[in-house]
Amino acid sequence: MSALAAPTDASSVIASTHGLSKTFPKADKPALAPLDIQVRGGGVTGLVGPDGAGKTTLMRLFAGLLAPTSGSIRILGKDPLRDADTLRGSIGYMPQKFGLYEDLTVRENLDLYADLKGLRGDARRDAFESLLTFTDLKRFTDRAAGKLSGGMKQKLGLACTLLGTPKLLLLDEPGVGVDPISRRELWRMVGELLSQGIAVVWSTAYLDEAEACDSVVLLNAGKVLFAGAPRELNANTRGRVFCLKDFDGSARGALKQARRDPASMDGVVQGHAVRLLERKDARLDVTRYGLGTQARLEPAAPRFEDSFIDLLGGVPVVDSRLAKVIPERPRDDAVVIATTGLTKKFGDFVAADHIDIEVRRGEVFGLLGPNGAGKSTTFKMLCGLLAPTSGEARVAGVDLRRSRSEARQRLGYMAQKFSLYGDLSVHDNLEFFAGAYGMTGKAVTQAIERMLEIFELRGVRHTATQELPLGFKQRLSLAAALLHGPEILFLDEPTSGVDPVTRREFWTHINGVVERGVTVLVTTHFMDEAEYCDRLTLISRGRQIASGTPDEVKERAATADIPDPTMEDAFIALVAGDTA
Amino acid sequence: MMPQRLRRIVTLCRKESVQIIRDPSTLLIALVFPAVLMFIFAYGINFDAGAVRLGIVLEDESPAARRFAETYAQSPYFHVTFGHDEHAMADLLRAEQVRGFIVVRGDFARRLERPGDTPTVQLVTDGAEPNTASFVAGYVRGAYAIWRREEAIASGRVMPAGLTLEERYWFNPSTVSRNFLLPGSVTIIMTVIGALLTSMVVAREWERGTMEALLAAGVTRLELLLFKLVPYFCLGMLSFSLCVGLTVGVFDVPFRGSYLTLYLVASTFLLSALGLGLLISTATRNQFNAAQAALNAAFLPAMMLSGFVFEIASMPAPVRAFTRIIPARYFVTAMQTLFQAGDVWSVLGRSLAGLAFAAAFFLGMTFLITRRRLE
Repeated sequence: MSALAAPTDASSVIASTHGLSKTFPKADKPALAPLDIQVRGGGVTGLVGPDGAGKTTLMRLFAGLLAPTSGSIRILGKDPLRDADTLRGSIGYMPQKFGLYEDLTVRENLDLYADLKGLRGDARRDAFESLLTFTDLKRFTDRAAGKLSGGMKQKLGLACTLLGTPKLLLLDEPGVGVDPISRRELWRMVGELLSQGIAVVWSTAYLDEAEACDSVVLLNAGKVLFAGAPRELNANTRGRVFCLKDFDGSARGALKQARRDPASMDGVVQGHAVRLLERKDARLDVTRYGLGTQARLEPAAPRFEDSFIDLLGGVPVVDSRLAKVIPERPRDDAVVIATTGLTKKFGDFVAADHIDIEVRRGEVFGLLGPNGAGKSTTFKMLCGLLAPTSGEARVAGVDLRRSRSEARQRLGYMAQKFSLYGDLSVHDNLEFFAGAYGMTGKAVTQAIERMLEIFELRGVRHTATQELPLGFKQRLSLAAALLHGPEILFLDEPTSGVDPVTRREFWTHINGVVERGVTVLVTTHFMDEAEYCDRLTLISRGRQIASGTPDEVKERAATADIPDPTMEDAFIALVAGDTA
Repeated sequence: MMPQRLRRIVTLCRKESVQIIRDPSTLLIALVFPAVLMFIFAYGINFDAGAVRLGIVLEDESPAARRFAETYAQSPYFHVTFGHDEHAMADLLRAEQVRGFIVVRGDFARRLERPGDTPTVQLVTDGAEPNTASFVAGYVRGAYAIWRREEAIASGRVMPAGLTLEERYWFNPSTVSRNFLLPGSVTIIMTVIGALLTSMVVAREWERGTMEALLAAGVTRLELLLFKLVPYFCLGMLSFSLCVGLTVGVFDVPFRGSYLTLYLVASTFLLSALGLGLLISTATRNQFNAAQAALNAAFLPAMMLSGFVFEIASMPAPVRAFTRIIPARYFVTAMQTLFQAGDVWSVLGRSLAGLAFAAAFFLGMTFLITRRRLE
């Protein structure tokens, strides 16, 4: 590893900012408000916050790709803009999407960046050797970067960034599009680098990653909410986080009741429990929730997300108006999605291998799995976008092999990326989707008005969707999927990259829909979302490796070391057990 | 050992070339598209009238009238349909089975014999298609003149004195449209390769996030410009050679200039086209917008306003003035001059100056708006 970095005095300040701010031309508010932070060698500084928080802006300022509006940056005592040429070798910057050429091979990508960094001769040979070993990419040197998995791309991106022995490593959202197993792998690799005295700045939208950082800068909408060690942050919420357990009825119902308590700041469904955050000056009173005599609050260890919400002043209670408008479906417990031996082959490759699932009316069912595991393939077969190779699938009583289009009329689909037309207004988008679902005449107008009302989109009905904030876009996507009153709602990674507050709001709506008897099928590799499911199935390499309620799946992964695993622990343990 | 600076440029050019070779669409645009376009222009599009379908209504059956009609029937330029009824022939014209018809009146022979008189024939053409109509009229008039001369010689009579117009086409004596269409079509091909291809490539780097990585690795403005320019310049000149090879070797279009001048003109034009493409790409940073802009700023003007299809001289004055800022116009002029006339420096010098100015302008602008930073 000696080729990677020369040891520097650990804990020395590598980079610092002084009153740094950035306002983009034409923007009405700063992308980054005045900021004073220090990045130390031998540690990971986490830039944590939801999309649009200002993480990438700060990264680019460090990399000398943006000029500050005010204030200054010092990296190794130099200015990243003025002394760009001298600093270049000392900064390794990995942009989002890793900055790789997908049509070049692993080797060619490395060659390109080595040449650009002026690395030659023995130094170059040694660096390649150690980096390829370090990233375990030796076997793939002749493979095009575009044909690597997300995790391998991430490693190659890191290898290219590490060429030229940087002292400051800037990683911009290295975890996006990468499953939890690859993310842990990356953390392990970065851990090794730290022992060389290198300073790492790691930006992420995953709040759970922040807990692994040595120091954290918590950003929200360009403002610093917190800067310091993660444990200091969690100290604020210690003793105020509880799990509501052993209640009567559904977790969704319990959440609704608990959130009526003015002492609650936040609440999320977690398997068959509800995680609650208590206000500083009030006490939660479980006896008033009407959830049975067994209901009790169990203290829980605070997580970063709790602290984040706490700093934001809690999440206001949004009562989904959906429930009042959507026609209630019979509580007949009927099986609405059923597959037996559902299989999809692409040539020799079995993308989905004998998938058996059964979803009952009014359930939230999750398809979990790493990237490329086959969950999207399964999902696409179920919504009639892909024809199965063999096996049976019935959705809303319709045999998918016979009448796919008929089934499609009965389900609503919300794609991972907002599949809205950015230059059309909110109203026009809804009108388009109404037409696409075959609605005509008065029904269209009524449905649109209803959706604008429920999702509080009246004020923006004539705004082009691309100008809307993320939360609005998400509501609109959901509105478009629900316009024709579907029996089943398909959600494909619905809240990836979405801030915790917007995510809670989104799930409030989903819960409202579910209470009216609509069935929800959700794919995700975000463990937060998995917790909202009534039941889920874990897919790895095309096969189901575990199924059950979230609690059951977590229990299966419990070991002596980790008696109470989180969903992510369970996911990693079960997938690792499958691939081992 | 190469100096570090040169080494970086070579590395970047090599990277770009590998990407070109691996991307089938690039090669499709650079090699297949030109060949297909050349074949279309060579065989599919033809401005020559060829054999005109002509009707002749003979109201006079005399030998003199028949001789007159034979002049047309035997000419390679006409495909004659005979008839005796003017109305029936008019129906044929309406059905577009003939492009025009001549009516030889019943008094043709009589008036021919009568001294001092000339027989009149009537020519009817389809005014709805003015180009064809004037073609037909021109051809018919020409054949008529030939007939009168032959008639005079045969009868030993002296024709009434008058001006005889003898037409001669310079530079393209047989007036084969292919001879000016093919050199002109090279303009379209070069514009597409130059502007359309390069307009995408800088935008692509922005979209895929690789530009950010390159900038962070310290790639300079000059390096950026050069590594996007050099490989596509080579590719463009390769396509150009292919086009010229096809034009001269396969389609037998005569080439009268010198190849040195040809390549000088072509490379100057290519630089201006690449410059425009890079300018668009750098300004938009988005492949879709870049392609749209390139289509409007490069391809359409090259097609419509270069003089390749529509003659500039017959455009309204403001449009005519506007064509002066379109590089393709100078290239079309230069190409047609080189192919059909030769190294005529009075023409080529002006074209070359126009092209050089355009190239310098676009490349200079690109250099100026290229940013080392992301704002």
